[in-house]
Amino acid sequence: MAGYFWLIPLLPGASALVLLLFGRRLPRAWVAGQASVAVFLSVILSKAAFLHLAGRGAGAAGLEKTLFPWIASGSFSTSIAFHLDALSAVMAVVVTGVGFLIHVYSAGYMAEDRDHSRYFAFLNLFTFFMLVLVMASDIVLMFVGWEGVGLCSYLLIGFWFERPASAKAGMKAFIVNRIGDAAFIVGILFILANVGNTSFAAINAAPRSGLLSPGLVTLVAILLFVGATGKSAQIPLYVWLPDAMEGPTPVSALIHAATMVTAGVYMVCRLSGLYAASVPASSVVAWVGGITAVFAATMALVQNDIKRVLAYSTISQIGYMFIGCGVGAYAAGMFHLVTHAFFKSLLFLAAGSVIHALGGEQDMRRMGGLRKSLPVTYPVFLVGALAISGVPFLSGFFSKDAILTSAFAGGHFMIYGLGLIGAILTGFYIFRMIYMTFYGETRAVPPGRHIHEAPWTMTVPLVILAAFSALAGFIGLPVFFGERANLFGRFLEAVFGPASHQLASSTEAALVVAATVSALAGIGLAFVFYRRSPETPVQMAHRFSGIYRLLLGKYYVDEAYDAVFVRPILRGAERIYENFDLKVVDGVLNGSATAASLAGKGLNALQSGLVRDYALAFLLGAMLFLGFLLI
Amino acid sequence: MIPPAAFLVLAAVLFVMGIIAFFVKRDLLTQFMAVEVMLNAGNLAFLALTKALGKAEGQTVVLFVITVAAAEAVIGLAIIVLVFRQRKSIRTDELKDLKG
Amino acid sequence: MALIIFIILSALCAGAVAAMIVSHNQAHSALFLVLAFSSLGGIFGLLDAPFAAVAQVLVYAGAIMVLFLFAIMMFNLRLPQAPEKKRLRIVLTAALGVILLAELVLAGSRALRGAGPRALSAAGDIAHLGRLLFSDYLYALEITSLLILAALVGALALAGKKEGE
Repeated sequence: MAGYFWLIPLLPGASALVLLLFGRRLPRAWVAGQASVAVFLSVILSKAAFLHLAGRGAGAAGLEKTLFPWIASGSFSTSIAFHLDALSAVMAVVVTGVGFLIHVYSAGYMAEDRDHSRYFAFLNLFTFFMLVLVMASDIVLMFVGWEGVGLCSYLLIGFWFERPASAKAGMKAFIVNRIGDAAFIVGILFILANVGNTSFAAINAAPRSGLLSPGLVTLVAILLFVGATGKSAQIPLYVWLPDAMEGPTPVSALIHAATMVTAGVYMVCRLSGLYAASVPASSVVAWVGGITAVFAATMALVQNDIKRVLAYSTISQIGYMFIGCGVGAYAAGMFHLVTHAFFKSLLFLAAGSVIHALGGEQDMRRMGGLRKSLPVTYPVFLVGALAISGVPFLSGFFSKDAILTSAFAGGHFMIYGLGLIGAILTGFYIFRMIYMTFYGETRAVPPGRHIHEAPWTMTVPLVILAAFSALAGFIGLPVFFGERANLFGRFLEAVFGPASHQLASSTEAALVVAATVSALAGIGLAFVFYRRSPETPVQMAHRFSGIYRLLLGKYYVDEAYDAVFVRPILRGAERIYENFDLKVVDGVLNGSATAASLAGKGLNALQSGLVRDYALAFLLGAMLFLGFLLI
Repeated sequence: MIPPAAFLVLAAVLFVMGIIAFFVKRDLLTQFMAVEVMLNAGNLAFLALTKALGKAEGQTVVLFVITVAAAEAVIGLAIIVLVFRQRKSIRTDELKDLKG
Repeated sequence: MALIIFIILSALCAGAVAAMIVSHNQAHSALFLVLAFSSLGGIFGLLDAPFAAVAQVLVYAGAIMVLFLFAIMMFNLRLPQAPEKKRLRIVLTAALGVILLAELVLAGSRALRGAGPRALSAAGDIAHLGRLLFSDYLYALEITSLLILAALVGALALAGKKEGE
C-alpha cells in the first residue's frame, strides 16, 4: 500500500479537475462528497506510508517514485519525482488529515453558497498543490507546488470576488507572495548555477561537498527564507494574511493556519543541511521568527474582528516555528507545526461556527454570552485556547516547550526571552477572545434571533480536532520523561540527525515552569481585564491611547508600504500607460489604420469616374512604356 | 523625292493633335472624332513604313483598319445616341457613373 | 513637284485638324475633318498606295464622316460645348503632347534606320495586294466582313428602338 504513495497528491488533483470541468452540473451532495472522499483516500495512503516508514525505524531513506522526465536542458535535467521520507510523511498526514476534516466542515458551512462546486474544486486543487510541494524530490517541483498554493490562496481569498474587499485582499496576497517568490527564484538560480542539480539531496550535501561556498550558502539560505517570509507571513511580508480573512472561514483554517503558511517552515526543514551549515542564515531565521512572534502578538491584543485576532496569532505562532528551525531544533519546529495545525484550525473552524450561528457577525464587541447557546462550539474553542496558550499537558504545551528549551539550550537567551513574552501575550489575547465571545451578556444584534449550534458536518470535525489538540502532545514528550519518550523527534531523526542539546533535568524543569507561569499569567491578566473588571480595557485604552492606536492601526505598516512602494509603482505604471501604451502602442496601431485609410482616400481620387481622366492615365502609361522601350 | 521621315513626322503630329483634341473637347461626339483622327494618323504611319521598307503587308493592314474603323464608328455612334436619349446630354463630364 | 503637293496636302490636313480642335460647333468640326481625311487620302496617293487612297476617301471621308454629320443633324446632338477652359489642363495636355511627339519621332527614326532608300517593289500594285488579301490574309478578310455584318445588326438593335420603349 505504501508503494502507492505517489497517488497522494494525484487523487485530489484528479478530483479537482473533474470538479473544475463538470462541477456545476453535479448535485451538491456529490460535489462535497467527491471532494472529501478524494482527500480521505489520500489520508489513508498517507497513514499507510507513515506507518511503513515508522516501522522501518530511523535511518530509512524514504520512498521514491519518478513519474516522468521533465526538463532536459544542457547539462541540467530533472524529472517529476516524489520523495516521501519522515519529514514529508508528517506533513502529508497533517495536510491530508486536517484537509479532510475541513472538507467535511465546508460541506456544512458552504452548503448555501452559490458557487459551491467552484469552492470545492479550488479546495481540492489547493490540496493537490500542497501535497506536490510537500512530496517533491527537488526544489523546482516544490516551487511548482509553492506557486500553485499561492494561486489557490488567491482564488480562495477572493472567492466572493464581487466584494471589492475580497478581490483586493486576494490581489494583495498574491502580489506580496510574488515578492517573496522573486527572491526564492533567485535562490534557485544560484543553486542551479553552482550545484547543477536541484534535488534536495544534492542541495543539502552541497555545503559539505564544497559546491556552495560558505558565503553562497548563506546567500541562498537567506534568499529562500525571504520567499518563506512571504509564504509564511513573517516580517516583512506578513501584511497579506490579516486581509486574507476576507475569504471563507474554512479557507482561513486550512490555508492560512494549518498548511500553506507552514510551507515556509517545511522548506527550511527540508533544506536543513543548508541552514545548519550557515550560522548567519540560521540567526536571521531565528530572529525574524522571534521578533515576528512578539510583534504579531501585540497586534492581536487589540483587534476586534474574531478572525483577525486568529490571523495575527497565526503569524505569531509561525514565528515560534521559525525560532525552532533557526536554533537548529528542526524537529521541535515541525512538532509545533503539527500541533498548531490542529489547534489553530480548530480555533478558526470554531470561530466559523460562531460566525455562522450569528448570521455573519464577526465583530467580538457584538458578541457575548454565547456559552449556553453553543454547547459544542464553546468547549472545543476552550480546548483550542488552552492548547495555544501552552497550558500543561495539552499539545501546545509540549511543542512550545520543545522550542523554547532548544533556544535556551543553544544559548539564544534573548530569543528565549522573546518567546516567553510571546507566551504571555498569547495567553492574554486568546482568552480575551473567549471572554468577549462566550461570557458576559449577549451583545449580539439582534438579541431576539434564535442562535443555534452548527450542523453535524461542522461540529464533528471540531470535536475531532479538539481531541487531537488535547492529546497530540504526547507524541513528543520532553526528555525528562525518558530518552525514548520523544517519539516524534526520534521519527524525524532519519532526516535531521540526532538532537544535539542536552540539558540538566533541573534546568529543563525550570524552563517548563517558566513557560507555564507565562501562559497562566497571560490568561490571568485576560481574566482580570475582561471578566472581573470589564471597564479596565477601556481605561487602559484611554490612558495609553497612543500605544492603543498604534496597535489597533497595526503599526501603520500597511500605510507605510502603501506610501513607499505601492503608490510610486502605481504612479509609475500610470505614467507608462499614458506615455507609452496610449501614445506609442496605440499611436502605432491607430497610425497604421489612419495611414491605410489615407492611402485609400488618396487612391480614391484617381477614380473620378471621368473618362477623360482615365484617358489621361492611358496616355501617361503609353508614354512611359514607349519611353521605356526607347531607352 | 519626299523623304519617308516627313510622312512619319506628319503622322506623329496628327496623332498628337488627335490626343490633344480628345482632352480639350468635352462632349462625346467630338471626342469620338478625335479618336478617328488618331486612327488615321496610325494608317499614315503604316503606309509610310510600307513604302520605306518595301513590304506590302502595310497596305493590307491599312485596309483592315479602315474597315474596322467604319464598323466601330457605327456602333460608337449608336451608343452615343442611346446615351443621349437616356441622359439628355453627351457632356463627358456629366457621365460619372464609374466614380469610385 | 511631289514635294510641293505633299507640303500643300499636309498643311491642309494639319490645318483642318487644328481647326476642328478650335471650333466650337460640332458640325463645323465634322466638316473640317472631312477636309482633313480627304487630304490625307491624297497623301496616301503620294505614298504609292492608290487603293488605300481611294478607300480612305470613299469610306472615311465619304461614309464615316457623313455618318457623323447625320448623327449631329438628325438627333439634335448639337449642343455647343466650349472646349476646355482650365489653364492647367491645357498646359498639361500640351506638355504631354510635346513629350509624346518627341517619343514618336524618336521611335520613327529608329524604325527607319534599317530602311534603305525609297526603294519600293511591286508593293503598290493592286493586283499584288488583291492576291495577298485572298491568300495570306483570307481569314482576316472573311472575319472582317462578318464584323461589318455584326456592326450593322448591332447598330440597328441599339439605336433602332423608338424613344420611350
